[in-house]
Amino acid sequence: MQLGRVRGSVVATVKDPAMEGMKLLIVQPLDKSLADVGECVVAADAVHQSGDGDLIYFVASREAAEAMQPRFVPVDHAIVGIVDEVDVRP
Amino acid sequence: MKVGRVIGNVVSTIKHDFFEGERLLMVQLVDNGEDYDGYLICTDVVGAGSDETVLILDEGSSARTIYGIESAPIRSVIVGIIDDIHELDT
Repeated sequence: MQLGRVRGSVVATVKDPAMEGMKLLIVQPLDKSLADVGECVVAADAVHQSGDGDLIYFVASREAAEAMQPRFVPVDHAIVGIVDEVDVRP
Repeated sequence: MKVGRVIGNVVSTIKHDFFEGERLLMVQLVDNGEDYDGYLICTDVVGAGSDETVLILDEGSSARTIYGIESAPIRSVIVGIIDDIHELDT
């Protein structure tokens, strides 16, 4: 899993039926010091409570598909938790 | 599997049900004794502590097998604590 910051949301009316009702958020991946790293991804919100500016952690590939309910839907990134605190030694 | 060093932890209240009661550790990836660009947020099945060198399983199917949960949205798991590494000079 990796840390990320929610940078916005995506609205799509026409989509795969299995994605119905899914919240799609734009996530900027972060490094261990919470600096931006790499390109943004669109992630489904498996905890249903993530929003703009939240520090989150996410999974990718099959793990993302498994995180959703119903499971194994066509997504490749999913937010699986909202971070309260990151404690990293320098 | 990968080698890493535990550098911290992530505290999270709102999360996917699977992570309930799981420790989330920040692990710096290590190659040949040197840190390299990358970290993983891992769960832990061996009780690793801060600053310990650990063995990381980073593959989804094996991770799901460890937990015995077919739908577990997990890929990176600390599965060992490393005592010593011998690497041949090349």
